[in-house]
Amino acid sequence: MLIRASSRRFSKRRLTRPAEESQGGSEVLRAVDVSKSYGGVVALDGVTVSVCQGEVLALVGDNGAGKSTLVNIISGVVRPDKAEFYVLGNSVDIGSPAVARSLGIRTVHQEQKLAENLDVIENVFLGEELARWAGPLHMVDFKSMVQPTEVALSKLRITTIADIRTPVARLSGGQRQAVAVARATLGQYRIVLLDEPTTGLSVEASARVMDMVMQLRAGGCAVVLVSQSIEEIFEVADRVAVLHRGRLAGVFTGAETTPEEVVTAVMGGQL
Amino acid sequence: MRSEENIGQRGVGDVKVAAAREVRDGGERSAQLQEGQRQPGTSRAGGRQGRVPSWLSAIVEQGTAMPAVISLVVIAVFFEIESRYFLTGSNLSNLVVQTTTLVPIALGEVGVLLLAEIDLSLGSIVGATSAILGVMVSEVGLPWWLGMIIALACGAAMGAFQGAWIAFIRIPSFVVTIGGWLGFLGLQLFILGPQGTLSIFNPQVAALTGSYIPGGAGWIVGGALAAAVIARALLRLRAAGGRRRFGSLALPALAAVLMVGVVAILNSYKGVPTAFVVVMGLLLAGWWILQHTRPGRNVFAIGGNPEPARRAGIGVRRIRFTAFVIAGTLGAVGGLMAASYNSSAGTLTGGGTLLLEAIGAAVIGGTSLFGGQGTVWAALSGALIMSAISNGLDLMNASSPVKYMVQGAVVLLAVTVDTLLRRRAGRSRRLGGITMSVGAQ
Repeated sequence: MLIRASSRRFSKRRLTRPAEESQGGSEVLRAVDVSKSYGGVVALDGVTVSVCQGEVLALVGDNGAGKSTLVNIISGVVRPDKAEFYVLGNSVDIGSPAVARSLGIRTVHQEQKLAENLDVIENVFLGEELARWAGPLHMVDFKSMVQPTEVALSKLRITTIADIRTPVARLSGGQRQAVAVARATLGQYRIVLLDEPTTGLSVEASARVMDMVMQLRAGGCAVVLVSQSIEEIFEVADRVAVLHRGRLAGVFTGAETTPEEVVTAVMGGQL
Repeated sequence: MRSEENIGQRGVGDVKVAAAREVRDGGERSAQLQEGQRQPGTSRAGGRQGRVPSWLSAIVEQGTAMPAVISLVVIAVFFEIESRYFLTGSNLSNLVVQTTTLVPIALGEVGVLLLAEIDLSLGSIVGATSAILGVMVSEVGLPWWLGMIIALACGAAMGAFQGAWIAFIRIPSFVVTIGGWLGFLGLQLFILGPQGTLSIFNPQVAALTGSYIPGGAGWIVGGALAAAVIARALLRLRAAGGRRRFGSLALPALAAVLMVGVVAILNSYKGVPTAFVVVMGLLLAGWWILQHTRPGRNVFAIGGNPEPARRAGIGVRRIRFTAFVIAGTLGAVGGLMAASYNSSAGTLTGGGTLLLEAIGAAVIGGTSLFGGQGTVWAALSGALIMSAISNGLDLMNASSPVKYMVQGAVVLLAVTVDTLLRRRAGRSRRLGGITMSVGAQ
């Protein structure tokens, strides 16, 4: 998908610029020297990325380049072998998804993001259901979750979900993506990671997801967008971080780079 | 043992029951179940997009109760015609008491099945804990309540042991609980020693399944439940803006009337059995936890798919572990009931088909073996079906081979009807074919 006919005419220039200092808003998250290997297979090797307030950082790379691994590590799902994290300049340990969430890190995973047998409300609030009292058995207060869910969906301009008590198994791909984004944007969040949010969606639904990304950005949120589509990236990304075989092959500023430059980096700097 | 009991009682009860009363009785019992299942199931509001007639969709909306209820009605009518004794107060009372061993085990099984796990050790836990109770009360001479607490604690410990292996070491529950089944059976035999049977002559232990609450108290409990059901339905109707008329009012009203009727029948004999009140209390507690608390809702999330639940920060291990602790404790409740009912603990207590009847009961009631769907009422309706067949065939002097074959056929039939109904409802009402009673509130 990424490799297009137009990418055929490059010089053999090496594109390993150092990670740039971020411009614009203050730095929200910095992940330093992230390494992870599965058995003997190195998934990530010393990757350093950062993302700022009101910025969209696109994360691109070929299959197996380590994009999803990086997203999973930042969101606490996968434990790295080695890494340092800084949120708003403070050193933090992202030990679990719950910790990541409490730090304001929200993730829309590529797969397995929703509990199919539960309804929209319960998915939006999954793991942090509103409760009426704080005993060992929190009594879930369904009524108080209705309005925030509706607000979150309407903010995303999702009007096609007629009944928020519908199990998500009955929703379309676009609607599910909306539920996942609504879930990510509930409460206090600083950074939203989206792992290939448009894969498998119709053109219209994809456009709506990109619209959501721009809304998040406009709201001052830091966005990390994993994508396979060059067009998508150049539409919304402020910076583009390229991964190649678990290493950072370069970070480009959206306004200054070209699709060709990015594609070359994705392919390891060679044609 | 059970069959002797039934046959022995045959001449005792009031056999002259008017035909009209019989029909009503059958209806009462079934509709009570319907109501029981309704509560967790109806919350899926709205969705009127179907072409299915509203009364049918209302029935299907009741969740998974219908096949179980239909089966119960058919069973009741059949045995009443065949034996002329099935629907009398004394027999129904006896049936309810018999069921109280099975229901807690089935309830524990429902909790575990909702997580897409299984517990094959509960039969052995029943046997081991009844033996522990017997030793504590009859040999050590502890007071009955302390013996019961120790038995329950031992059940919880057995569940915790298995839960630790399953949740933390991540060995499949199927394997761990097969180990538990054998291991706890060994424990049971060890406790009972060479003579193999322990008589329990303790009036309080016997009273657990042998006593009845006074008629007045029965009326108060039944009346309060009925009033609660009606009030709930009215509130919900108002919240839904009058959209779901049939499902919202007719069934609860019927159920409330019939709930009172059940109390009336049981009171016509000796009253509502104490054990039944205990079991209903456990079911209500289980229902409340699963439908209304955060850990309970998380059970459905994990059972549907553990990965999103884990990513949402839910303590998947902790909940899996807890489910097995609860299952073990409920197994011990079954052990107490069995010890009380039999006035003894023996090597056969908790053995035989008990475990598979409990799993069968959960599944007949509509609990999925693959997790994420089901209700606690499945434990009650399924256990009643299993016990009703056993009881009815005993009344007919049926032999064991016939009993087993009939029970097997009914399990298969009930689950088939359930599957077909659900598939049909799924097809006509939505894509995906998934209709499940998972909505809460």
